[in-house]
Amino acid sequence: MKFTVDWLKNHLDTKFNNNQIIDKLTNIGLEVESFESSTSELDTFIVAKIINAKTHPNADRLKLCDVDIGNDKTIEVVCGAPNAKNGLLTVYAPPGSIIPKNQMKLSVSKIRGVTSYGMLCSESELLLSNESDGIIELKNNKYANKIGERYFKNTSEKVIDLSITPNRPDCLGVRGIARDLSAAGAGTLKINKKSNLKYRGNQNINVTIKKEKAQGCTIFGSCLIKGVTNKESPKWLKDKILSLGQKPISAIVDITNYVMFDLNRPLHAYDADKIDNEIIVRSSFKGESFEALDNKKYILENDMCVISDRSGVLGLGGIIGGTRSGTEYSTKNILLESAYFLPRSIRKTSKQLNIDTDAKFRFERGIDPLSIEEGLIKASELIKQICGGEISNLDVKKIENYKKTIINFDPFLFEKTTGFNVENKELIKILEKLGFNVSKNKKILKLVVPSWRPDITQSIDIVEEIVRIKGYEHINTSEPIKTRLKPTLNYYQKLFHFLQRSVASKGYLETVTWSFTDSKINQLFKENNEEIPIVNPISSDLNVLRNSIFPNLIFYLKKNLDRGFKDISLFEIGPSFKGKNPGDQLTVIGAVRAGKVSRLSWNDKERIVDTFDVKKDVIQSLYEAGINKDDIIIDDRTPSYYHPGKSGGVYLNKNEKNALAYFGEIHPNIIKKLDIKTEGLVIFEICLDYIKESKQKIKDLKSEYKFSDFQKSERDFAFIINKNFKSQELVNIIKSVDSELIKSVRVFDVFEGENIPEGKKSLAVNVTIQSEEKTLNENDLDNINKLIISSVESKSGAKIRS
Amino acid sequence: MSDIKKIKDDYIDKLNTENNVDKVNNIKSELFGKNGIISNEFKKLGSISVEERKKLASDLNNVKDELQNKISIKIQEIETQEINLKLEKEKIDVTLPERDIKIGKIHPVSQVIDEISSIFSEIGFSVEEGPDVENEYNNFTALNTPDNHPARDMHDTFYLDNNKELLLRTHTSPVQVRTMLKGKPPFKIIAPGRTYRSDSDQTHAPMFHQVEGLHIDKNINMGHLKGCLNYFIKEFFEVDKIKMRFRPSHFPFTEPSAEVDIGYEIKNGKIVIGEGDKWLEILGCGMVHPNVLKNVKVNPSKYQGYAFGIGIDRLGMLKYGINDLRAFFETDYRWLSHFGFDPLDVPSNYRGLSR
Repeated sequence: MKFTVDWLKNHLDTKFNNNQIIDKLTNIGLEVESFESSTSELDTFIVAKIINAKTHPNADRLKLCDVDIGNDKTIEVVCGAPNAKNGLLTVYAPPGSIIPKNQMKLSVSKIRGVTSYGMLCSESELLLSNESDGIIELKNNKYANKIGERYFKNTSEKVIDLSITPNRPDCLGVRGIARDLSAAGAGTLKINKKSNLKYRGNQNINVTIKKEKAQGCTIFGSCLIKGVTNKESPKWLKDKILSLGQKPISAIVDITNYVMFDLNRPLHAYDADKIDNEIIVRSSFKGESFEALDNKKYILENDMCVISDRSGVLGLGGIIGGTRSGTEYSTKNILLESAYFLPRSIRKTSKQLNIDTDAKFRFERGIDPLSIEEGLIKASELIKQICGGEISNLDVKKIENYKKTIINFDPFLFEKTTGFNVENKELIKILEKLGFNVSKNKKILKLVVPSWRPDITQSIDIVEEIVRIKGYEHINTSEPIKTRLKPTLNYYQKLFHFLQRSVASKGYLETVTWSFTDSKINQLFKENNEEIPIVNPISSDLNVLRNSIFPNLIFYLKKNLDRGFKDISLFEIGPSFKGKNPGDQLTVIGAVRAGKVSRLSWNDKERIVDTFDVKKDVIQSLYEAGINKDDIIIDDRTPSYYHPGKSGGVYLNKNEKNALAYFGEIHPNIIKKLDIKTEGLVIFEICLDYIKESKQKIKDLKSEYKFSDFQKSERDFAFIINKNFKSQELVNIIKSVDSELIKSVRVFDVFEGENIPEGKKSLAVNVTIQSEEKTLNENDLDNINKLIISSVESKSGAKIRS
Repeated sequence: MSDIKKIKDDYIDKLNTENNVDKVNNIKSELFGKNGIISNEFKKLGSISVEERKKLASDLNNVKDELQNKISIKIQEIETQEINLKLEKEKIDVTLPERDIKIGKIHPVSQVIDEISSIFSEIGFSVEEGPDVENEYNNFTALNTPDNHPARDMHDTFYLDNNKELLLRTHTSPVQVRTMLKGKPPFKIIAPGRTYRSDSDQTHAPMFHQVEGLHIDKNINMGHLKGCLNYFIKEFFEVDKIKMRFRPSHFPFTEPSAEVDIGYEIKNGKIVIGEGDKWLEILGCGMVHPNVLKNVKVNPSKYQGYAFGIGIDRLGMLKYGINDLRAFFETDYRWLSHFGFDPLDVPSNYRGLSR
């Protein structure tokens, strides 16, 4: 909402200066976005001084002037004026300026082979006089110390731009703003002058508001103004329209606009002679169409509120008028409309047709239904004053009467809500200045809400009005109450923060990417999940919710590879979506590692990242998060975007459907499809939701602390076993031989090839054996060795390697 | 005696010039072995008179001690020499680079969320969450933003279906609704998380982060709201004084509503929070609207309280001097390394919020 202080003062008697007004506006909730002069085309013309004027090398009648344009700048200008001489103060127009006389835009140009940067101006070029012989000669005593300053004062008034919240339609008019300011003590609201308009005759175009279920109009007020002469608006009116940032059109249109911004009362003027017999306010039919004042043709749906005549639609009520009945300079007779349209209806129609106008913006928020006559009178007066004509009696048709909103307000609610007290007397004064009618019934205030405040419906709204006008600075700053109702974080929130930092501590950079992604990449990672398209995506490559955390991670990994980074470790923790209903989401860590483990190292062999690097990262992170390492089962069931032979899932239970985590190489097809150029690419993911919350804390889960001081023995075994037999199985078989005595089993060699039969491999394990009760003798050890060998051989089909 | 002394002197001389441990050991057995020179001298003791024996035994023992001592010193000497030589040979250039250090980082958004949670934890708030996909009711209607209300235009919403029933939450406020629906007052929560608006330019990203705050009890008023936010802002920016301005505004779900500005100035091209005469809007807040309380089955005549919503990314930008919001979500390795935080740097009250 834009207006000038000058305009505000039409409604407000105030001693406040501009800055005080600006501050006050912000303090009462009318946020000032800006307070600036509108720029003028004349701003560029500046006072300058010719330092040196010499003859043009190629033209005797032209001069080449070095011109001081202030700020320590000197430029060269070619000038044809006979009076151009050293020391002359004159007016300089830089390139880009528009010369008032001929509206030409200056550019840097060569004049007879010499470049001229701008122009020195004559009085006639600036429309100051008819003097065109030579450039302006400015008086030394007045201008000598103004070199570089604007020659023309910017006389346009500064414009206040307010950001009005959607609850305050009343402040979409200058009078409403003045009223708020007056309530806040910034002045007195001026009383509207009584109109002494003389009406002649009746408004004899019949108006009917059809009683229909979807009727969007409840009041239609109008008057006829006959015998007008439409013309250009007078300067004061043009200036007002310009200050709104709009273009003046004609007196009649400008007046209706002016009244809209002045009183927040949208009006519409029809050329009465173009109306076919009568006005019918009704709901539209699907397929009806009309050409609107924005020169677009609109095809209507059912149930849009239209103003029509016998020939069809004239305009969309409260939104936009039509060209068929528009006013022109030739218009002689006007039908002026001042109506009330229902916000819901306006909003629905404008959304369907995608139209935004100043009238729509206001009706949508709620116009004062009691301002019908006020608007007609104010506009008619101005039309009569500027365009002449005779005004008919006002005709107001209604299908509904305005019902007052009454609130019984207990002033105690104010203190209860805000924490401070305002005396009843002051409170009543504020409300009355805002336009409330206040009567007292014991402690309760009976408030009649002003008709221009559709936003006020209940007591809490009254509290806001009072505290807003009184000033938020009166609210105390209480010490925070430190009472705690429950622990800050629950198990999963702690797990989130723990795993996040655990993964980062392994050298991964955390990133945050969009929750949506490109369906084409998502397709590669979505598995059996349904695709979740966004109806109105921000762009076609962010068109679905991500079914996995990897589409974005891989996309950005590629971007970083393209930036020239080779060894990259990235992870994100966030949502991955399984379906489109609230809650169909999992919290997942996704991590990628690309490149080499060591590169250009003087002491380490270069090695490409592999599955066991990410396996370590994932197992260690889970372990750090409190999962018992011994409970972990690795399986090779993994999603299809993993390399089927080089990936694994981490389970706590063999029959579990969902793994806690997966790790491994990404499927080569995906690397190819996405054209990722890297030596190695491994990934892992942890699904936090599949980690079960233990009922006990880690401290309670720990077994009793006991250790054995008896001697421990280590034995190595090598088995020849089927190539596909999993080492994890072998370890489990050995452990199960005697879980008391066998303290650990470690695979230390895997070998295939020479001396090993086709389809087999050699697995070497180191077994630590220790008793809690005694030092084991050779016999004991022999027994357990034999038992290990026989168990492994019988359960796995392996053969001990001799 | 002279024999013994001669032996001693000869061998001391020998030992003095010897530099090989094995040879010293040979000398040792030459002297003290089974048939060693000194051993043999001791054997002679049995065949001489008692008086002579006493004298000779004493002399022999002295010689023995002296020679043995000399031998062990010599061995130690040689060994020390050898070790020193070995160490000298083993010397390496310790200025060669260490093995690669892999430094992981925590994203600024995560760090700031941890900072915020830590601050609010100090004054008794707990953390709640809600889904990113919301229904229309929780995101708007329950929050007193009915359909066909212009306030909905303040949010450019991503929808998941044509009926506009399912959407990506436009703010964290639906967590208020969920929290109050599933529990009983009092409530004292914050809810950080991802939020979405179909808005994308230099200062807007289609996804960003908010933290919601909600404190509902029997007598929570605007003074508590002011106190809570004043505390938060001071703690967050780690300054002693903060210039803060509450300014009336409008949100459908709070009444009265306020926007909060903090004072700042630009010093040497950097933003300094808490000083200066410029104002920066950082959050929206207010007293929870009675209509919202009714919608979530909380009796507004018994309970009241405040709510607030803060833009997390923006706070992070201000605190850590990050200019470009879009860069938060672009996964540029350089940016993540530059602005990221060490994973061990866990914000907490006792260790300090930031280093």
